[in-house]
Amino acid sequence: MDLVSLANDRPICIAIMAMGGQGGGVLADWIVAMAEAQGWVAQSTSVPGVAQRTGATIYYVELIRPQRNHAPVLSLMPVPGDVDVVIAAELMEAGRAIQRGLVSPDRTTLIASSHRSYAVTEKAKPGDGTADPTQVLETAQAVSQRFVCADMQRLAEQSGSVISSSLFGALAGSGALPFARAAFEATIEASGVGVEASLKAFGAGFGAVQVPDRPAEPPAPAPAQATGGNPRDRAELARALRRIETEFPADAHDMLRVGLRRLVDYQDVAYAHEYLDRLAPLTALDVGADHTLTVEAAKQVAVAMAYDDVIRVADLKTRGSRFDRVRTEVVARADQIVDTTEFMHPRVQEICATLPARLGRAVEGSAFLTGLLRRLFEHGRRVRTTHVSGFLPLYVIAGLRRWRRSLLRHQREEAHIRAWLDLVAAQVPQDYRLAVELLKCRRLVKGYSDTHARGHSKFDKVMGATTMLAGRADAADWIRRLRDAALADEDGKMLDGALATVATL
Amino acid sequence: MAERSFAREVQDLRLGAGEEFRGEGILAVTKALLQSGVGYVAGYQGAPISHLMDVLSDAQGILGELGVHFETSASEAAAASTLAASVMYPIRGAVTWKSTAGTNVACDALSNLASGGVTGGALIIIGEDYGEGSSIMQERTHAFAMKSQMWLLDPRPNLESIVRAVEDGFQLSEVSNTPVMLEMRIRACHVHGSFIAKDNRPPPFTVQQALENPARDVNRIVLPPASFMHEQDKVKRRWPAAVKFIKERGLNETMPGDVEELGIILQGGMYNGVIRALQLLGLADVWGSTRIPLHVLNVTYPLVDDDLAAFCRGKQAVLMVEEGQPEFIEQALHAILRKAGVSTVLSGKDVLPMAGEYTALVLLDGIRAFVAAQMPSLLAEVRTPPDPRPVLADAKVQALAGVVPPRPPSFCTGCPERPIFSAMSLVEKELGSHHIACDIGCHLFSINPPFNLGSTTMGYGLGPSSAAAFQVKAEKRPIAVMGDGGFWHNGLLSGVGNAVFNKHDGVVVVVDNHYSAATGGQDILSSRADNASRSTKHPIEDAVRGVGATWVRRIDNTYSVAKMRDTLKEALTTNAEGPKIIIASSECMLNRQRRERPLFNAAVKRGARMVRPRFGVDEDVCTGDHACIRLSGCPSLSVKQSDDPLKEDPVAAIDNTCVGCGNCGEVAEAAVLCPSFYRADIVHNPTGWDRFAARLRGAVIGFLQRRRDSRRLALA
Repeated sequence: MDLVSLANDRPICIAIMAMGGQGGGVLADWIVAMAEAQGWVAQSTSVPGVAQRTGATIYYVELIRPQRNHAPVLSLMPVPGDVDVVIAAELMEAGRAIQRGLVSPDRTTLIASSHRSYAVTEKAKPGDGTADPTQVLETAQAVSQRFVCADMQRLAEQSGSVISSSLFGALAGSGALPFARAAFEATIEASGVGVEASLKAFGAGFGAVQVPDRPAEPPAPAPAQATGGNPRDRAELARALRRIETEFPADAHDMLRVGLRRLVDYQDVAYAHEYLDRLAPLTALDVGADHTLTVEAAKQVAVAMAYDDVIRVADLKTRGSRFDRVRTEVVARADQIVDTTEFMHPRVQEICATLPARLGRAVEGSAFLTGLLRRLFEHGRRVRTTHVSGFLPLYVIAGLRRWRRSLLRHQREEAHIRAWLDLVAAQVPQDYRLAVELLKCRRLVKGYSDTHARGHSKFDKVMGATTMLAGRADAADWIRRLRDAALADEDGKMLDGALATVATL
Repeated sequence: MAERSFAREVQDLRLGAGEEFRGEGILAVTKALLQSGVGYVAGYQGAPISHLMDVLSDAQGILGELGVHFETSASEAAAASTLAASVMYPIRGAVTWKSTAGTNVACDALSNLASGGVTGGALIIIGEDYGEGSSIMQERTHAFAMKSQMWLLDPRPNLESIVRAVEDGFQLSEVSNTPVMLEMRIRACHVHGSFIAKDNRPPPFTVQQALENPARDVNRIVLPPASFMHEQDKVKRRWPAAVKFIKERGLNETMPGDVEELGIILQGGMYNGVIRALQLLGLADVWGSTRIPLHVLNVTYPLVDDDLAAFCRGKQAVLMVEEGQPEFIEQALHAILRKAGVSTVLSGKDVLPMAGEYTALVLLDGIRAFVAAQMPSLLAEVRTPPDPRPVLADAKVQALAGVVPPRPPSFCTGCPERPIFSAMSLVEKELGSHHIACDIGCHLFSINPPFNLGSTTMGYGLGPSSAAAFQVKAEKRPIAVMGDGGFWHNGLLSGVGNAVFNKHDGVVVVVDNHYSAATGGQDILSSRADNASRSTKHPIEDAVRGVGATWVRRIDNTYSVAKMRDTLKEALTTNAEGPKIIIASSECMLNRQRRERPLFNAAVKRGARMVRPRFGVDEDVCTGDHACIRLSGCPSLSVKQSDDPLKEDPVAAIDNTCVGCGNCGEVAEAAVLCPSFYRADIVHNPTGWDRFAARLRGAVIGFLQRRRDSRRLALA
């Protein structure tokens, strides 16, 4: 046979990385419809399968200008290293595209939405399990020919549309396809569904790829202005602010003001002074160059002193600012009424803790009384805080704040904080870093009821390891490792494993 | 009501001769059936052929006009049995299901059908669920074709070839009196393309005519001695007849090339991938011209021995591209070449992997290795093909493995099955872990985080029977889960009936979401919706009581986590004998939203008072321990970084996709989690009374709030 002469034409290859239900199929269909309307041949495929249920999924499109009435032979799957455009409908999916080899430096325009939709494994961790976006952003920049990234989800929401529209706009704006903007818009118009909002989102996406994302706003300055209360309280608060300036190193001033604000809000200005009193001895011991110990103490002691009790929850739930926030969060319009229901489940433990200390202890000690309370109160309660009948009880509970210092819970928390800070203070002279790590362990105590109890027990276990570790050069590292282990799973299996290792040191 | 409506696409089924049909592969198959004068169609839904069933369901009007009978079978076995109508009568029939899972179920009927043979064309459209995205075990349909002597078509994955395969398939079936399987790989089912249509043909002989003129022939029935005759007939008459037809009609295609020393033999389904690989090696182009000759097997069983020998004869080496294991075709080819005395080198699984999907990169590597071994000079002249490996070896890319989280499929937002497994997690916290036998269906997502519940899955409707060995006296009882789809598919008998008969002691949870949800929301016997063409609303409870179950609890609101938990606990601890059946019933949220949302929006537009619930989290109350997420995993319940410098861990947050199913509140309550959750009932178009009451409440509450705010000392 004579030598076969081969044409050099190649199709434009587009891979769309999406999550099931995100509208990746709509985007693929739009690209196909647009290309066909322009007289091109388009082929798209997908592998939905079970991935249609929120899993990661991929749509693949090839486009080619027809020649001499020949039908092209197009691929049904992307060839790694040979993809022109990759569209990722979420940031980590861009990472997945890179891992699959679909992004190459000599060919690929990578269009990604910078928003995050966290995977279950990320959000289920008791600590912070969220993946580091900078690694994906940096890698995307490094391995693509062109990297285009903006929060397409937000742009779509702002336009009352869905992400497929803003991504279609980004695709148009990137100039990666040889079609004019009008061809894209005509496709949306021809689809006939939610055209106006889709076009708006399309325009936002189109514009976003031309102007890169602005860097995040700098954090708000630490608070320094007193409002509300009576003149005497305000004067006391001003004195507390002055104490920060005079008694503490400058490195810690911002965090101290944040702590001060939390404790004034939580209890009263006297409590804020107690906070500073409590920090003073640690600061006296602090010889660190950056005063890490004082900064960390300022943060952790504020959290510990503003423990989450029934009074605090009732207070937060009944504030006017909170009512406004709920309306914003659920996107209620001014002409709509929002009824809010809270899910409360008081247990005997919480009830006793909210009694005056001696009474609380007495009730706790009596099987009869606890049984009675359990029968009377311990069941799920749904409280409608937007109704007076639901609002009032919580309002009254929030008002118990002025007696908080005499309640059983407070005495227990105080004792706990004292023991913890004594342990920290004892370590400072020998091992500064260890002391800082011990402060950070307060992060383990969080949640309510069982979760809180579990957190407490993890905290105690890590603190308990101090006696085994004190004196070792790597004691601080071990405490950090133990804390990370404690935050890795709910049951504390990782922590127990790590503690077993510590015991063998 | 299926998940996706094809009401618009169905109109394309009316296209006449010469008009261009554009759409998905699976729609093209439907059109091809109508063009072929099919008399009846049946099947069982499942990816990737769910859409075929949905299209047919939406096309019942057109089918009726043409006199085509259509039904959604109870199982693949029922679908295969339907083809019995083509045994005695000259009626073309087609059935469809997902393979190999469905082929396994259908096997008994298929073996009998293949043994007796058919008169009218019998076509089985197999959705081959193999490779990436597959939800089932990785096996080939090819083995079924060989063992039962049925023919297997594997057309090139473009609409024209697929349509032609349907039309040829019916004829092949008729000339060889053998059922024919048409294999559609998952991407081919969903491929978008076009073909030139023909007119639809009403069946020349209808099922109605057959019914009114019954015929019988004992020799077609599978019973000795006829069954021995069938085997002889298969190899002596039907097989040669099929080979003759395939050869004469040119069902397999040979594409010439100038490098005649080499050749590639491939399954039709591999064609586009092979062409792309050759193109990247500079040996073919996008219009299908190739330098290495190709022999494309659009029929992968039976093989046409002399065609294959002729293609190979005189060549230095031939590559067999055959996806999946074992390498049935390659083995056969070795035998064919040896018998024909052809000494051509045969390559195949030596350069290509034995197992796994033949992705573009796998084909590229395999073909390159073949050419490099046989004629390296060919590669020397060509361009360097794309290679992702340098990028993948980059340390930055490698590091992504520790960053990019896995994203397995999961329960949808608001799914009514989630609270069942939240409840099961709570029970396990109390009573310890149990052996949990799972089934096929959405509920199998329980095996993934955050629930991590379930040990085995043995097949559709086989959850309870897969716990059969554990029905012994022990401290704990086994729990078996099964969906309503699996229940009606075969779980009623092999699960519940089996458990009653054998006096099982375990717990059976039937997850009833009112649809065959995982396959796309098709109606089944117990569906609650009105269905004009099917009989629905047959309660599962009646069925299980009907086969003798006595301990039966029906929970009509799965979102009631506490009730769900207590019922499970009771089932695990009661002294009652026999299987403990819990029917956990709430409508699939995907379908419910699809049904209710347009109605809701229309009502709001009309000005009616409508209440939409959704959930939220009070950020300042949440402490970021994520216990709620570990008991839920709802996509709309996520986390966000807090603006509060005193909060180190991200706090829970509910986004606007929340459908207000109630699970968050129920879980928080049942598990005594935390008071951060709230439900907001948004009243659209409030009445005058609503507004009056809200103003009144607002006045009292606002007064109290302002009073406290003014007294509160704050630092801003």
